[in-house]
Amino acid sequence: MHEDHDDHTHDHSHDHTHDEYEALVIEDDAGNIEAQIIIDALQDVLISKGLLTAPEVTKEIEKLESPGIHLGAKVVAKAWTDPDYKQRLLSNGKSAVQEIGIAVGEAQIVVVENTDEVHNLITCTLCSCYPRSILGQPPSWYISKAYRARTVREPRSVLSEFGLDLEDDVQLIVHDSNADMRYLVLPQAPAGVEQMEADGLEAMVTRDHLIGVSR
Amino acid sequence: MSETKFRRFDIGDLVEVLDLGKSGHVRIPVYVRGKRGHVIQYCGKYLNPEDLAVGKTAGPAIDLYRVEFTQTSLWDEPDHPAQDRLIIEIYDHWLTAAK
Repeated sequence: MHEDHDDHTHDHSHDHTHDEYEALVIEDDAGNIEAQIIIDALQDVLISKGLLTAPEVTKEIEKLESPGIHLGAKVVAKAWTDPDYKQRLLSNGKSAVQEIGIAVGEAQIVVVENTDEVHNLITCTLCSCYPRSILGQPPSWYISKAYRARTVREPRSVLSEFGLDLEDDVQLIVHDSNADMRYLVLPQAPAGVEQMEADGLEAMVTRDHLIGVSR
Repeated sequence: MSETKFRRFDIGDLVEVLDLGKSGHVRIPVYVRGKRGHVIQYCGKYLNPEDLAVGKTAGPAIDLYRVEFTQTSLWDEPDHPAQDRLIIEIYDHWLTAAK
C-alpha cells in the first residue's frame, strides 16, 4: 500500500470533517439534529468499510438536487404549444416527460390539467412525496405538517393563504400522493400563447403553479 | 408464478376503504378509511409498501387504484362545495365493493 494512502485513511479516521462529501443537512420541524448525527455516522461507516466512496455520495446528492423548476417549466411550455404532446403528457406523464430528455426516477407521473372549471392541488399527507426528478426538492412548507394536514381538510383556506381565492363554482381537486404515483399540475396556458417563444413561456411557469398553490 | 390478470375493480366502481388496523409502514391515511368513493384509474401493480418497509421485496405486486371522494363525504365541516374532490391511491387489499 502506498504511503500517501495510509496517511489519507489515517487522517480521516481521526478528524471529523466531511470535506470529501457534501453535507446533507437534516433536521426535524423542531430543529433537532439527531437524524443528522445518525446520517453522518452511517456515511462514515459505509465509506470506511468501502461500501461507498465519498464522490459517490456527492454524486447522489447532486442527482437529487440538480433537477428543478426549469425542467417542469419545459414540460409545461411544450404542452402549451404542442397539442399532441399535451395529449401524450396527460395520458402517460412519465413517457411524455422522458420524451423531452428528462430522466424520470418515479414509477409514474400523473399530470393533472387546470381548466376554467377545474383547479388541481398536490399534497402528500403522509410524508413529502413530490415529483423530485422533475421539480427537484420540495419547498419546506410542502413538507410541513400544517400544509399536509390542511390541504386535504381545508384546501380552499390554504389556497387563500397563498393568495389564491378560488371562485365558488370552480371545482377543486386535491391529489394526495400517498403511494406510487407522483403528480404535476398542468397550469392553464396564458392568452396569446401561440405568439410566444418557448423561453418566454417557460419563464412564466413557477414551482407554485406546478404544485397548484398558484393558478 | 400464477399472477392473475383478473382485477377486482373497474373504472367507475363504487368502493369502500377498509380499516385494516395494521401497524407499520401503512400508506392509507386514516381520513379515508371507512369512506366511499369511485375508482377513476387503474395504476398497475406495485409492491406493497407494508412489505417493502420490512425488507420483503419478493412481492407479490398488488393492484393500485386511484379513488375519488367528494370532500363532503370525507369531512364533517359543512363548508366544502359539493363539487370539490379528493383523489388518493388505494392498494387493492384496502378496498371492498360498496353497494
